[in-house]
Amino acid sequence: MGGTIFLVNFFTMGAAPVKIAVCIKRVPEMDGAFKIAASGTAVDETGLKWDISDFDGYAVEAALQMTEKLGAGEVHVISLGPDVVQETLRKALSMGCARATHLKCDVVPFDPFAIASALAAELQGGGYDLVMFGKMSIDSANGAVGLMVADLLGMPMVHGCSKLDIAAGAGTARREIEGGGELVRFSLPAVVSIDEGIARPRYPSLKGIMAAKKKPMDVKPAQLGPVRLTVQKMDLPAARAAGRILGEGAAVVPELVRLLQQEAKVI
Amino acid sequence: MSWALIPLTEEQRAIQQAARSFARAELAPHSVRWDRDASFDREVVGKLAALGFLGMMIPEEYDGQGLDTCTYLVALEEIAAVDASVAVLMSVHNSLPTQMILRWGSAEQKDRYLKGMARGELLGAFALSEPEAGSDAASLRAQATKDGDHYVLEGTKAWVSHGSMADVILCMARTDTPGERKGARGISTFILTPDMPGLHIGKKEDKMGLRGDPTVQLVLDGLRVPKANLLGEEGMGFVYAMQSLDNGRLGISAQAIGIARAALEHSVAYAAERKQFGKPIKEFQGVQFKLADMATRVTSSRALLYAAASAKDRGEPVTQFASMAKLQATETAMWVTTQAIQIFGGYGYVKEYPVERLFRDAKVTEIYEGTSEIQRIVIARELYARS
Repeated sequence: MGGTIFLVNFFTMGAAPVKIAVCIKRVPEMDGAFKIAASGTAVDETGLKWDISDFDGYAVEAALQMTEKLGAGEVHVISLGPDVVQETLRKALSMGCARATHLKCDVVPFDPFAIASALAAELQGGGYDLVMFGKMSIDSANGAVGLMVADLLGMPMVHGCSKLDIAAGAGTARREIEGGGELVRFSLPAVVSIDEGIARPRYPSLKGIMAAKKKPMDVKPAQLGPVRLTVQKMDLPAARAAGRILGEGAAVVPELVRLLQQEAKVI
Repeated sequence: MSWALIPLTEEQRAIQQAARSFARAELAPHSVRWDRDASFDREVVGKLAALGFLGMMIPEEYDGQGLDTCTYLVALEEIAAVDASVAVLMSVHNSLPTQMILRWGSAEQKDRYLKGMARGELLGAFALSEPEAGSDAASLRAQATKDGDHYVLEGTKAWVSHGSMADVILCMARTDTPGERKGARGISTFILTPDMPGLHIGKKEDKMGLRGDPTVQLVLDGLRVPKANLLGEEGMGFVYAMQSLDNGRLGISAQAIGIARAALEHSVAYAAERKQFGKPIKEFQGVQFKLADMATRVTSSRALLYAAASAKDRGEPVTQFASMAKLQATETAMWVTTQAIQIFGGYGYVKEYPVERLFRDAKVTEIYEGTSEIQRIVIARELYARS
């Protein structure tokens, strides 16, 4: 085996290839009409359309843009749930992610810690520089899984980034806080969660959709943590009461003011 | 809902979802303005191109996506359900000029035009009809006369969809001579580009529907076309045009189904919200019967279209089935949008609600790419051709 030639990629020597994992959730599209399932503790999934959770979509886009800007690195995408989540993972692949991991379980538990445990088990030792989440899922809206994963992995965590940049072992992020913003610097590896406004997710191109078919999709059983939190009851917002018409013209204004003050107590 | 009947592949579902979310985010916010002002934002063509929607059935070697007809129609219906004007642009470009150059173009023509068209950098149009030649297309009068290395074209082409925006126009003109007319065999196809001297954009039609896609006349005034821009063989242009119309008719079917589906979806939602006599109008059988018939016609139109498109993808002749699909889908679009207006009542008659535009957009589908009457003639002729 003499004469082996070692090829050196000079392009990536300056900026070490960054490895990013984005954890995404499959959620119902929110413009549908929701019903409570017969169990009373979940949404009736009949006829719902599903997609990547909004904030997770921003995270995928931000991750892709970072690797494109650096000219090196790749984005892995991970999701947990039944087989149908592969369709959601495939969408992320069609956007440009390199590899997908499906952590398989029959039902996505409500307890964020159970989910975080499974994700941390997968991410541990994966060599990721950055693990990204949406700041919360748009269905259960706990906003907790990313934080718990950071804790389980012992990594710094920046929650709700509206801007993000990484270079040479460190990152900077902007967070929108009440009345202003703040710039945060953190060491890598790290966990970040993404707020809206960072980047509008690209549409998968037809080429991307076709390429996604050939990209690797690893399927593993989800090593869920203990489920210590369950939903007991779900209900829909109460229907709004019908309005009352007092009459027309200036003559009814005093009565309107009286009702707003004394009955509605809003002025 | 009725999609469940068509077995889509995972890839087709992903393309359907991509087309749907693109249409909702990038087209829906502008559709009312494009319709009202009879205007269009050219950058939409670039957006369609970037995603690959303008080269769907062109092989990858010519920079296209290499997808089959069924997949193309899935995407087209999603675009049409949001904006039928953008759908006709997508349909004409994908079904007619690109397919004609792919099928009959020279290697040089494919290199020069087809690749750019497949990438969506060059928008294609199709010019067959004339003011005096509609259903009787073979009676067209635009005359091409040889002059050295060129043909010189004189005449007027009519009803050219997005002809004023096109970069490549496939134009049919006579190459027989006034002294020796050869009927349909006296027609040839030329590849025109807007930089050719003597090509003028004529009257822009003020249309009832599809107002976002400009329909224009083209005036060929001593238009000099290099001989290299003759497509295929001289005298075969009418045959090329007719064979291409099988593709075109499948595309218009998908457009019509998109319009009809949108009208159905709006109607289903409205009937659940609108209350009269103390309950939602969906509770009344009169409305239920309408909705049921609308859904049945949309679903059966789509089933026929996909059966026809699948046959085409298998390489079988589909002239009769393409005509059946077009006839069924377009008459469904007109009927379903009419019912939708009835369900919406007065609100269906005003521009504030979407079904009024769908009704106007639907009408032309029964007219262009062969009227319903022409489709029936094609279908009947095939009955005897096969017996």
